[in-house]
Amino acid sequence: MYTAGIDIGSSNIKAALWDGFSFEVWSQPTGWEISETSETVIQVLLDRSSLKMEDLHQVVATGYGRKMCRFAGRSVTEITCHAAGAFHLVKGAETVLDIGGQDVKVITLDHDGKVTDFLMNDKCAAGTGRFISNMAVLLGYDLKDFSDIPPETEIQTISSMCTVFAESEVISLLSKGVPKESIALGLLDSIASRAAGMVLRIADRGPVVLTGGPALNRKLGSLISKHLGRPVLTSQLAQFSGAIGAALIAAKEQMDVSKKGGGPMIIMGF
Amino acid sequence: MHEIGPIFEVMREEVAMGPVRIKEISEKGIPIIGTYCTFTPWELINAAGGVPVSLCSTSEKPIGEAEKHLPRNLCPLIKSSYGYALTDTCPYFHFCDMVLGETTCDGKKKMYEYLGEIKDTYVMQLPQTVNGINSMKLWKDEILLLKKFLESKFKVEITNEKLSASIKLRNKIHSAMMEFYSLASLPSPVLTGKEIMLGSDYLKFSFDYEKTITIIRDLTVKLKENYASGERRIDPFAKRILITGCPMGKSLEKVVDAIESKETDGVVVGYENCGNLKCSSCLVDEKSAPIDAIAEKYLNIPCSVMSPNTKRLELIKKYAKEYRVDGVIDVILQACHTYSVESHSVREYLNKSGIPYMSVETDYSQGDTGQLATRFGAFIEML
Repeated sequence: MYTAGIDIGSSNIKAALWDGFSFEVWSQPTGWEISETSETVIQVLLDRSSLKMEDLHQVVATGYGRKMCRFAGRSVTEITCHAAGAFHLVKGAETVLDIGGQDVKVITLDHDGKVTDFLMNDKCAAGTGRFISNMAVLLGYDLKDFSDIPPETEIQTISSMCTVFAESEVISLLSKGVPKESIALGLLDSIASRAAGMVLRIADRGPVVLTGGPALNRKLGSLISKHLGRPVLTSQLAQFSGAIGAALIAAKEQMDVSKKGGGPMIIMGF
Repeated sequence: MHEIGPIFEVMREEVAMGPVRIKEISEKGIPIIGTYCTFTPWELINAAGGVPVSLCSTSEKPIGEAEKHLPRNLCPLIKSSYGYALTDTCPYFHFCDMVLGETTCDGKKKMYEYLGEIKDTYVMQLPQTVNGINSMKLWKDEILLLKKFLESKFKVEITNEKLSASIKLRNKIHSAMMEFYSLASLPSPVLTGKEIMLGSDYLKFSFDYEKTITIIRDLTVKLKENYASGERRIDPFAKRILITGCPMGKSLEKVVDAIESKETDGVVVGYENCGNLKCSSCLVDEKSAPIDAIAEKYLNIPCSVMSPNTKRLELIKKYAKEYRVDGVIDVILQACHTYSVESHSVREYLNKSGIPYMSVETDYSQGDTGQLATRFGAFIEML
């Protein structure tokens, strides 16, 4: 039995194909043609497994564009999907911190992976993936290298969390000759401190599972861990956790999902 | 089966006709008193031969104009109220002879200072607590002062007989509304949240009170009879939600729409809000001296401006149980400090009782409907 989950986020569309044992994943920038890109993303996965759309027993869509997906059987909110995905990727996850392209969510789970509480940031993009990518561009970093900050780097505190204000602050710091590594560290630290504050509002103990694109940034995970004084864990598939959760929810509807784990756990800091 | 649609249609028409009716009332020379708040003692205005009317305060439209005088970081209800007055775009404000306000929250009482420059405005001093003898004494004195003011302004005498008659009438209206709201006690939902809102709007904007009572009672009876004969208008499996928090209105229909959308599959079964359970669930005692009884009822309204405000917690719990709700959603307007601060204690209190709770902060703009849908969706998936 095959099921798929598609997570239509503000920056990227992620999809996961689940055969009951393992996942195939694929992602692409969302762009402006949401429906078309969604179809392309799922088609890549189908082609890779030599499957057709009809072979999928169920498709669940999630993410802010979930209602735009024409081939999904139903839609489930990203809170429920991220929780299901993170619980599968990191067994026993109790607190999930998802930093997405336009929002930050904290989700608490019970021992069965059921959502018990959640918190989302407000309307603006402060401290989200969008903030990180804007700042990386400003400092001339490739997004994947944004965590390559030498260990002895002195931190330059950044006081603005607003993407627009932070940009002018960074420009003025650069013009004062502050090294870009120090600024990068300061930016990541300000996001980490804000995210840690959100975690503390609903979950005051235990490890935190970091998901979403920014989870690929190792430095960010270790900074969050430092602010919380608690372990921060992630998985290689962290940015697909919403899509994976959606595929699992789709499968669960069809039959009881097998209790197989995801990829190896990566400890980001403690 | 009774046809229910036409009754809702009559109510909708009546709400839409409100401005015309108020113009007719004004042309007859009947005093019209504009109000903003549940604390306004309706019975006193009615006994003075006046017509109390809720003034416009729930649209985003006049906020831009209001922000020329008021800070941006202020509750949208206050800005909207003032904006309507400033732009003279609320028919009820246009035709009212005076505004009757109360010192509820800080934003409102300061706004009334400006409002007084546009229209004759009388502000009652509301105590900040229900506890202690001084509060009741102050509030009773305020009611007596208002009585004197209305008597001299409209050259009438407010006798105890008139007051008793007004109390009886208002109690009859509230009782009819409570029966309507209590349809939520039935095993399956009978009304959508939008229809309950229509009921409250109808109460606000129909001025033929006996007719209002007849229509609401007729609607309630017919819905009950239909239910007894097996009609299920609403999905019986939809998650049942009680709304609490700031006053609901036109712009906040987005909240109810998001909860009751197909994807979310919830149904709002009740509102612990001003204009709903907060004002209708408690009647004025008909056996006590009228002024005392009026003072008693209004001072006990569990609004977040009161400190402490434990009665609100009890009221939420009471109706959460009675309407067998699956969860409580607290709707807080941006920059409403009192409801915003109270959110924590409501959460703690309900959690202890095992009632799931979430709060959202919003304003009158329609820009956050996506975020609201996600939050409500996740909350309902969690239940």
